[in-house]
Amino acid sequence: MLFEKVRDIIAEQLDAEAAEITMETSMMKDLEADSLDAVEIMMALEDEFNVTIPDEDAESFKNIGDIVKYLESKIS
Amino acid sequence: MENKVALVTGGSRGIGKEIALGLAKKGANVAITYNSNDSLAQEVVEEIKGLGVKALAIKGDSSIEEDVNNIVAKVEEELGTIDILVNNAGITKDNLIIRMKSEDWDDVLNVNLKGVFLTTKAVVRGMMKKRYGKIINISSVVGVSGNAGQGNYAASKAGLIGFTKSMAKELASRGIRVNAIAPGFIKTDMTDVLKDEIKEELLRNIPLGILGDPKDIANAVNFLASQESDYITGQVINVNGGMI
Repeated sequence: MLFEKVRDIIAEQLDAEAAEITMETSMMKDLEADSLDAVEIMMALEDEFNVTIPDEDAESFKNIGDIVKYLESKIS
Repeated sequence: MENKVALVTGGSRGIGKEIALGLAKKGANVAITYNSNDSLAQEVVEEIKGLGVKALAIKGDSSIEEDVNNIVAKVEEELGTIDILVNNAGITKDNLIIRMKSEDWDDVLNVNLKGVFLTTKAVVRGMMKKRYGKIINISSVVGVSGNAGQGNYAASKAGLIGFTKSMAKELASRGIRVNAIAPGFIKTDMTDVLKDEIKEELLRNIPLGILGDPKDIANAVNFLASQESDYITGQVINVNGGMI
């Protein structure tokens, strides 16, 4: 499942509990990610899913759900 | 620095060559980049290999993004992710402002400053993942004090200091240390072309009374590349015989 993969990548990057992450979780607000964390997570997602995520798109993500939906549209 | 991977831009001659050899002597595997002379670069590779470490020379223009990305990809493929980056590649196109062509400005800024931006950008990704890295930018005394006839070069080397301090702050949370070395007048091809009377004038301005040796810069690089300097970031080390 896409959500689980994204969740695990984010959990590993931020050293957070995967169980605490839902579709509604915000990386910045809930998980205290800084701007470099956000860039690193995008890079990790790019590597994992073999996609390119332009900065403009990355800036529009409000929560994990947005990222999952975005990746779904890119992969399909 | 046993088994660390170092990339030295502009490593086929002058200060860059000595830096590459200095890192190799401490056990690092070293890749150098160069822009023109294949045989010179190969000679340096052989000399580095003679020290019992891996070596690699890659041709490319550090001011062209595609070249830089190819260089970094090749180093990572052959030697592994980069632990130590020395941004050393630099050129001069000296002239008084009134005579300086727009191209002379652009060429110097592109290689000396944009090249450092591009190379750092390409290398830093791997360092961020490792949560450790050492970036050493070779600036110049001229970037600190200015020099008549070198407006473009001085601007590029001063810009490098601002870049160094910014990257130190930006990357500190990822364990990446970024420092600059500002060499004074060092005996290389770049200073050999100076007229005798200019050299004499130069020496009068050096309290120690002698030109520096490329090894003096290599020694400072070895210190900044080693774990002994792990608490130092965002600094400029002046290696100039006491000029400033």
